[in-house]
Amino acid sequence: MLEKLLLNHYEAAAVILSGIGLTNLLLQRNLIKKIIGLNIMDTAVYLFLAAKGYVEGRAAPILIENGSGGWLTSSSLYVNPVPAGLVLTGIVVSVSVTAFALALTLKLYEHYGTLNIDEALLKMTHEQEVLEEKITKAEEEVLA
Amino acid sequence: MINLFAYNIPFISIFLLMISAVITPLIPDKNRIPEKLSCFVIGFIAVLSAYLLYVLTASGQTLSFNFPMGHFPAPWGNELRAGPLEAILALVFCIAMLLSLLGNFSSTEEDIAPKRRNIFCVLVNLLTASLLALTYTNDLFTAYVFIEINTIAACAIVAVKEGPETTRAALRYLVMSLVGSGLVMIAICLLYDLTGHLLMQNMHRAILVLVSTKSYLMPLTVSLALITTGLAIKSALYPFASWLPDAHGSSTNASSAILSGLVLKGHIFTIIKIFYRVFGLEVIHLLRMDTAIFILGLTAMIMGSVHALRQVNVKRMIAWSSVAQVGYIFLGVGLNTTAGIAAACLHIIVHACVKPMLFTAAGGLSNAAGHKKGLHALMGTFYVNHWAGLGLAAGAFSMMGIPGFAGFASKLSLTLASFDSPVIVWSLSALAASSVLNALYYVPAVIVVLTHNKDAHKNFTAPAPTRLYKISMAIFIALNFYLGLFCVPLLRLITRGVNVSL
Repeated sequence: MLEKLLLNHYEAAAVILSGIGLTNLLLQRNLIKKIIGLNIMDTAVYLFLAAKGYVEGRAAPILIENGSGGWLTSSSLYVNPVPAGLVLTGIVVSVSVTAFALALTLKLYEHYGTLNIDEALLKMTHEQEVLEEKITKAEEEVLA
Repeated sequence: MINLFAYNIPFISIFLLMISAVITPLIPDKNRIPEKLSCFVIGFIAVLSAYLLYVLTASGQTLSFNFPMGHFPAPWGNELRAGPLEAILALVFCIAMLLSLLGNFSSTEEDIAPKRRNIFCVLVNLLTASLLALTYTNDLFTAYVFIEINTIAACAIVAVKEGPETTRAALRYLVMSLVGSGLVMIAICLLYDLTGHLLMQNMHRAILVLVSTKSYLMPLTVSLALITTGLAIKSALYPFASWLPDAHGSSTNASSAILSGLVLKGHIFTIIKIFYRVFGLEVIHLLRMDTAIFILGLTAMIMGSVHALRQVNVKRMIAWSSVAQVGYIFLGVGLNTTAGIAAACLHIIVHACVKPMLFTAAGGLSNAAGHKKGLHALMGTFYVNHWAGLGLAAGAFSMMGIPGFAGFASKLSLTLASFDSPVIVWSLSALAASSVLNALYYVPAVIVVLTHNKDAHKNFTAPAPTRLYKISMAIFIALNFYLGLFCVPLLRLITRGVNVSL
C-alpha cells in the first residue's frame, strides 16, 4: 500500500490537494476562501495531468535538430503534448471562472458589506420582510 | 450522400453564434438592434438545423457523419458528430431559445438596464453556441470547455438583472456549478489516463478492452461516478438541485425560460452521450450506474413536485417543477434501453418547448397583476392577458400529462419503454404518483388565474400584451399540440437517431 503510494506520489498529492480544494469550495462560508478552494482544486488537476504526461528521459514536444540539417521525428523521443494542451486550456477556463466569481463577490460585498454568504442571506431575508411589511401597510392605507 | 454544405452545418452553426457574440457588443444599442440580430442568427441556425435534419433522413436511410475540425484525422484531431438526433435537438434548442427571447422581448426591456442589454445578447449567443457545441461534439475535453462556457454564460444571465437577490442566486449557482465542473474535469483526466483518448468512439473501444480483460474496473467506476455526479449537479438532479429555484425564480423571465428549458438539457444530453457513446449500455449496466441514475430519477420526480407544492411564488413553483421533469428524463436514461433513451430524448424536447412557455406565461400573468409573483396575486389575470392564461393552462395540462398535450406523448413513451425493463413496477408507480402531484399544484394555479376578481386592478391598469408576445405564445401552444398529437413519427425519428448516434 505505502509502496504504491510512494510510487505514485504525484497522483497522491493531486488527490489530497483536490480533496482540500473541494472541501473548501463546499464548506467555507467566506466567498473569497471558497474561490481559493476552487483554484486549489483546479491546480490539483493540473498536477495530475502534468504527472501523467511526463515520461522520464524524454524531451519536451518541440522538434530537435539532428545535427545534419534535419529533425529528429521519432515519437519515442518526446513526451505526450496533449496533457500540456489540456492544462493550458484548463488554466484559461479557471482564470475566467475565477474572475467572474470575484466580480460577483464584489457586487455582493458592495450591497451587504459582508463576504459571508450566510450573513448575506440573513440580511436579504430581513430586507424582504421589511419590504413586505411596507407593502402591507401601504395596501391597508389604500383600503382605509 | 451528404452534400458539402450540410456537412459543414454543425461547424457553421457554432461558429456563426460565436461571431455574433463578438459582434453584438460593438453595435450601437439603438432600437434594440443587437437583440434583433441575435434573434435573427438563432432563427437562421434553426433553419440550417432543419435542413441538416432533412438531408440526414430524407433518403429513407439514417445518415450520420463525423466532421474533423481543422481536418486532422481521427485519433489526433477534434471532431464534431452529427446525426438525426443531434440535428433535432439543435433545431428544438434554437426554436425554444428564439421563442423565449421574442416572447419576453418587452419584459427584458423592463428588467435589464439599457447599457447591459448588449451584454445580455453576448451571453445568449454564447449560451446557444455552447448548447449546440455540447450537442454536436464528439470530444470529451471540448465538451468540458463548452460546459464551462455554458456555466459562465448561464450564471451571468441570472446576474444580468441587477439586484442583490439575483447576485446572490448567481453566486450560489456558480459555486454549485463549479463543484460540478471540477468533478467533471477530474473524471475526464482519469478517463484520458485510462484510455489514452479523448474522442468518444476511441474511448469506447479502449473501455471495452479494459472491461473484457477485467482490468481497472474500480478506476472506471470512480470516473463514471464522478462525471455523472458533476453533470447531475449541473442538470439539477434532485439531491443536487437546491440552487435551481433561486436562480430560475429570481432572474428575468427570458433568463428563467432559457435556463429551465435549455441549459439543463445541454448537460443531460452530455450525460446521455457519455453513458451510451463512451461507455455503452452493457458497461453502464456492469458498473451499476443505470440503477443509481434510475433511483435518483425516481426521487427527483416525487421530491421536485413535493417542493413545488409548498411554493407561493409562481416562478419558484415552475422552477421546482423543472426538478421533477428532469427526474423523468433521468428515469428514461436509467432504464438503460434504446427505447428508454429515445423516450428521455423525447422528454428533453417536450420540456424544452413547454417550460419556456410556462415561464413566459407566468411573466405575462405577473405583469398583469402589477409585477406581483405570489400565486394569490394572480387571481383573475386571465381576463387581463388571455394569451398568458392560455399558455399557463396549456403548459400545466402538458406537465400533468393530459392526452393531446406534449407532456402526454413523453409520459406515454416513458411508460411504454418501462415495459421492457425489470423495474416496471417502480417506474409506473412513480410516473402515476408524480402525475397526480403535478396536478395538485398546477390545477390550483390554473383555477386561480381563471377566477374572476372584482377587487383587482382598481388602482392599477395592466399593460396589454404586445403583438410579439401573442405570436410567440401562439407558436408555443401550437408546438405543444403538435408534439402531443404527432409524437409517433418524431419518436421514430429519435429512435433512428439514437441507433446511429450512440
